[in-house]
Amino acid sequence: MFRKTWTAFRTAIKGLSLTLKHLLSASKARAELDIKKDDYFVKQEGRTTIQYPKQSIPIPEVARYQLDVEIDDCIVCDLCAKACPVDCIEIEAIKATEAIGKTSDGSVKRLYAAKFDIDMAKCMYCGLCTVVCPTECITMTNQYDRSFPALSDLVYQFSEMSEAEIEEKREELNRFQAEKEAAKRKA
Amino acid sequence: MEFFIIYILTALALFSFLAGFTLFAVYAERKIAGFVQDRLGPMETGKFGSLQTVADILKLLQKEFIVPSLADKVLFTSAPVIVFIAVYLGFAAMPWAPGLAPATLNLGLFYIIAIISVEAVGVLMAGWGSNNKFALLGSLRGVAQIISYEIPAGLALIAVVMVTQTLNMQDIAINQGVLSHEKILFFGLWDVRTIGGFFAWNIFQVPHLIVVYAIYFIASLAECNRAPFDIPEAESELVSGYHTEYGGLRFAFFFLAEYCLMFLVSMIGVVLFLGGWNTFLPNIGSLRLADWTTGMGWGIFWILIKTLSVVGLQILIRWTLPRLRVDQLMNLCWKILTPLAFLCMGISGVWRIWIMA
Repeated sequence: MFRKTWTAFRTAIKGLSLTLKHLLSASKARAELDIKKDDYFVKQEGRTTIQYPKQSIPIPEVARYQLDVEIDDCIVCDLCAKACPVDCIEIEAIKATEAIGKTSDGSVKRLYAAKFDIDMAKCMYCGLCTVVCPTECITMTNQYDRSFPALSDLVYQFSEMSEAEIEEKREELNRFQAEKEAAKRKA
Repeated sequence: MEFFIIYILTALALFSFLAGFTLFAVYAERKIAGFVQDRLGPMETGKFGSLQTVADILKLLQKEFIVPSLADKVLFTSAPVIVFIAVYLGFAAMPWAPGLAPATLNLGLFYIIAIISVEAVGVLMAGWGSNNKFALLGSLRGVAQIISYEIPAGLALIAVVMVTQTLNMQDIAINQGVLSHEKILFFGLWDVRTIGGFFAWNIFQVPHLIVVYAIYFIASLAECNRAPFDIPEAESELVSGYHTEYGGLRFAFFFLAEYCLMFLVSMIGVVLFLGGWNTFLPNIGSLRLADWTTGMGWGIFWILIKTLSVVGLQILIRWTLPRLRVDQLMNLCWKILTPLAFLCMGISGVWRIWIMA
């Protein structure tokens, strides 16, 4: 029993000296080490807290966080919406009566994107939409810190068509289709 | 009439000191807990989180007074008051500096131990009056712990009183420094009355008092329900033990009582074992350091520094050692500390008769 008491006392002192060591080394902060360095796995001393947002850990430019769509390059093929496992992309297309223009990599655009909404709250950051996009207009950026007070603010709208333009294009399409019908009936 | 004014002012001064100390101690505890765990603790409210406890107290003060419908109203509402008052009254006999003590009772130490024991009744009232099985369990364990650990604590104190031959706290403090009336023998051999400093402290005058201090320190940790003996208020075990049903100002009183008791038992330990308000520095030849650093202001300074270091040690222990199970706790008390305290009491008696006579 004396041995147990002595062991208890000795180990308590050892524990207290360990905590005291940590207490006294809390004046230094642990440093960000480069993974290529040899001493990357050596145990560091000091506090580990990073006071976000006053301080933050740097992330690479090629980090895969929030999605961004370059709408001028989009040919509205709907592949990203189909590939998304959580259906966070909603696209509505309006057929154009003739070729509208070209994307930056040479594909011809024949569809207007009336609605291109991505719900960032649903997005699971899998990146499948970026894999299937034929023109690489949808990419993952390294932006991760966007908070909004309303959940609906997290639905990003990438389409740049105004209501008036959408109506106008729909009218154009209806007119074109009506003319084609008329031409077919006449023939 | 003037004579009552002094008493009222002293009581108010003590209360404001205790309230201020609690604010500081809670902040210190959270910061120390953070640093020990390699993190920062509160940082947002005030510079380095210093106003955190003020924010907590304001929150507690403005909460609603809820009493559970089947709770015993008298017991429930008076429990926190009794616990706090018992602890607060213990400060009446504590010496802060030469000539500065609210009351230099001849029975000082006996009075303090007796009044702190009243806290156990308050704990029992809180647990039973809450009409909550877990609160009751917590309070029963708490009371069992408090009354069991009073035995080794009391025996340890008797061991000291045999050496000091007085229960008067102010006299005990005086006899450990340069202002002493009697001879002070360092380790029983060397007369250090004119040298003072840490050589004159009780733990160095009579070396087995170091063991006695260890016993008293452990027993007092258990009295405060402080980890590693915090089974009654273990957050992961019994929610909050006997103060589960309390919120707002009543909870603030329990909280205040816990920190005040920590300070009180540390201060008792300091006065009895570590020289009280006496200085740490000895007189070395013509550098009369002990004489220069003893006095009213210096006395308050030394006693505060020593007590705050002991409180800091209590906080460090809380964040280091794992909690003891109830049976391990009782085992420690009855089978280890009590026999050891008896042994030390015997050694004190022998020492007093042979060496100090």
